Amino acid sequence: MALFSNINFEKLRSGLSKTRNKFINNLNEAFTGIELVNEDTLDEVESILISSDIGSELSESILDMARIKLKEEKDLSKDNFLKLIKHELGKVLTKNADSRSNSADEMEKYKPYVILIVGVNGAGKTTTIGKLASNFKNAGKKVIIGSADTFRAAANEQLEVWAGRAGVEIISGKMGSDPSSVAFATMEAANKMNADVVFIDTAGRLHTKNDLMHELSKIERVIKKVVDHAPNEAYLVVDGNSGQNALTQAREFSKFSQITGLIVTKLDGTAKGGMIFQICNELQIPVKYIGVGEGIDDLQDFDKQKYLDALFNEVA
Amino acid sequence: MLEDLTQKFERALKKVTGQGKLTESNISDTLREIRRVLLDADVNYKVAKDFMDDVKVKALGQEVLTSVSPGQLITKIIYDELTELMGGQQRELSINPSGTTVILLVGLQGCGKTTFAGKLAKSLSQKKRNVLLTAADVYRPAAIDQLKQLGNNINVPVFTIDGSKDVVKISQDSIAYAKANNLNTVIIDTAGRLHIDEDMMDEVSRIKQTVKPNETLFVVDSMTGQDAVNSAKAFHDRVDFDGIVLTKLDGDSRGGCALSIKAVVSKPIKYVSMGEKLDSIEVFHPDRLASRILGKGDIVSLVEKAQEQFDSKETEDLEKKFLANKFDFDDFLKQIKMIKKMGSLKSIIAMVPGLNKAMKNQEVDDKQLVKVESIIQSMTIAERKNPKLLNGGRRKRIAKGSGNSIQDVNRLIKQHGEMKKMMKMMNSKGGMSSLGNLRNIGLN
Repeated sequence: MALFSNINFEKLRSGLSKTRNKFINNLNEAFTGIELVNEDTLDEVESILISSDIGSELSESILDMARIKLKEEKDLSKDNFLKLIKHELGKVLTKNADSRSNSADEMEKYKPYVILIVGVNGAGKTTTIGKLASNFKNAGKKVIIGSADTFRAAANEQLEVWAGRAGVEIISGKMGSDPSSVAFATMEAANKMNADVVFIDTAGRLHTKNDLMHELSKIERVIKKVVDHAPNEAYLVVDGNSGQNALTQAREFSKFSQITGLIVTKLDGTAKGGMIFQICNELQIPVKYIGVGEGIDDLQDFDKQKYLDALFNEVA
Repeated sequence: MLEDLTQKFERALKKVTGQGKLTESNISDTLREIRRVLLDADVNYKVAKDFMDDVKVKALGQEVLTSVSPGQLITKIIYDELTELMGGQQRELSINPSGTTVILLVGLQGCGKTTFAGKLAKSLSQKKRNVLLTAADVYRPAAIDQLKQLGNNINVPVFTIDGSKDVVKISQDSIAYAKANNLNTVIIDTAGRLHIDEDMMDEVSRIKQTVKPNETLFVVDSMTGQDAVNSAKAFHDRVDFDGIVLTKLDGDSRGGCALSIKAVVSKPIKYVSMGEKLDSIEVFHPDRLASRILGKGDIVSLVEKAQEQFDSKETEDLEKKFLANKFDFDDFLKQIKMIKKMGSLKSIIAMVPGLNKAMKNQEVDDKQLVKVESIIQSMTIAERKNPKLLNGGRRKRIAKGSGNSIQDVNRLIKQHGEMKKMMKMMNSKGGMSSLGNLRNIGLN
C-alpha cells in the first residue's frame, strides 16, 4: 500500500539495532570456531529463537525444517544455516501474503473506510490511533476519530490531544457512557462530514472478560447500522513486549471480531516481537504496522522482508 | 487405602521403567516437559535452563518414597524451588513510621503504573495513611488528568504543577506539600519509559536521587515475554528498585516473567494487581504464582479471599443452618451479598483451577445475582422463611413485583431446593471440611 511515503527504514533499523546486534552476536558466538552445524549449535539457535518470543513449539518446528533442509545441502556453513532459518521464518510470515486487508484500492471503494482498534490494556491503542490518524491525514484523507473508551479515566482527554496534534475531528462520549453510542455518533458524524477514514478507539480489555468482549461485538453491530460495510478493518494492537499470551489474545479477539491486521507497538526497545510469527502461523493475521516510538510519525508500515532483514541484517 | 494405591502405582511404574527410582533418562523426559511448561509461561530461556539444571540435581539426589509417585515428587520439588526463587516469603512495604513515606513507581509504557498508583493509594488510605498522589508523567497526553480522576474517585489529593515539565521539581515539591498538609505518604507516578532511552532513564534516576524514596517499585505487565529480563535489569541498574509489582494478573497470562525478573534482579515481588477496579490489589504470595506458572490455578488465593470477605459470625450462622438444613431465602440473600463482596463472579472463577476453562463458553453474568436479589426481596418475610408457602399466586406476585418473569422465579425456587439437597448430601459426607484440603488439590 502506497499510502505512506514515510517508511523510514533507518529508524526501524536503529530501533531494532540493539535487538539485531544481540541476535547476530549470539548467532556468531554460537558458530565461532564451529564450521559444521551440530546438535549443540541447533540448541543454541533454538535458545535465540525462543528468547525472541517465537515460542517453544514454533521454534522447534523452524529448527526441524532447517535441519531437514540442511541435510539436503552440501554447504553446512553457518551462513547457509542462518539463511535457511531466515527462509523458514520468512515463510511463516508469508502465510498472510494475500491479506484480507486494505490496499489503497479498497479504501477508494468504501467510504467511509472504518477501522476499529482493539486490544488489551496498555498495548498502545490510543497512541497508535493518534499516529494512524496523522498519517492518513497527511496522505490527504479526511479523518474522524471516535473515542469509545468510556471506561478508563482520562482516555478521552488523551485521544483529544492526539486528534489535536493530527488536526482531525474527534467525537467523544462521557465517562461511563455506552461505548456503542459513541461509535454510533461517530459514524453519523463521519457521514455528515463525508469522511474518508474513521477510527474507533475502544477501551483496553483483557480477552478473558466475556462481557467486555461482547461489548466489542455490540460496537460492531451498532456501527453497521449506520454504515453497512463497517468495520472494514479491525486491528488488534499488541504490545511488542508481550510473550506467549499475545497468541491467546489474537485467538480470543478473533472470536469476537474479524481481526484483519495486527499492529505491534513498542518495538523500539529490546523486545523482538517474535510472537508475531506464531500469530501469523496459526491465525494468518497479517502484521500491518509497527510502532517504534512515541512521536506522531513513529509508526511504520510493516514490511516482512525489511523486518527479517533488520533482524538478520548482517546475514546476507 | 491411599498407601495401597500408591504402592500399586509404584509397582506399575517399576514394570514400565524396569526400576523403582528416578534415572537420568526417565527424568529427562519429565524435565523436558516441564521446561516447555516454563517457556510457554514466558519464563526466560536462560532462567528456565538454570532452573531446570537445579531441579535436576535435586531430583536425581532423591529417592522415590513409596507414598508418592515420581511425578508428584518432581512436581513438588519444582513447586518448592519456584516458590523459593520468587521470594521465599512475602514482604511488606517499608513504611517510615514517624516521617513521610515516599513511594516511587517506575516501569515501561502501558504496564499499569497509573492504575496501580490509584490502587495503592486506596489500599494505604484504608490502612489510615494520609496519601498524596504525585503526577510526574508530564509526557503522555492526559496522564495527569487520569491520575486526577483516579484520585478524585478515592478521595486522595493529587499534586501537580500546571505547565511544568520538570519532574524532579514536581516530585520534590510534592513532598514539601505533603509535609505542609499533614499527609504522611507520597506516591509518585512517573511516565512510562523505555529502558534503553538514556535521557528518560537519567530523568528517573535523578528523581530517585533527589527524593530518596523509602520504596521504589518496578511495575511490570504480567504478559511480558522473554525481554522482561532486559528491561528489569536496566531499571534495576539505574534506579535500584526495592520491589516488583505484577499487573494484569486477572488475565490468563501465566506470569512466568515474574520468575525471570526475580532471577536476574533478586528483588521481592510485593504486589500483584488484578483488574481495573481500584480495590483489586493483593499482596504477593510466591506459592500461588508458582502454581499459576505451572498451570495449577490459584485455589489458595480463593480460599483466603473467601475467608477475608465472609463475616465470620455470619458464616458461622450460615454453617449452623447448613447443618440443620434450615437454609432459607434470607440466608440465600446473605450468601449472595458475601459473594458480591469478594469481587465479580468472574474473578472468583478465574482462581479455581479448571473452572475457568470449563466455564469458558458460559455466560457468567453478575447481573444474575442482582436478579436473584430482586426476586428474594420481593418475597414476604414469611415466604423467605418458609418456601413451601410459595404457591402459583404468590409466585406471580413476586414475578411482577421484582420485574422478572414467572419462569425466573420458578427457576430460583428450584435452585434453592437443589442447594438444600446438596447441603444435605455434603453434611452427610462431611463435605464441608473438604474446603480445608483445597491447598493440597493444587499440588496433585
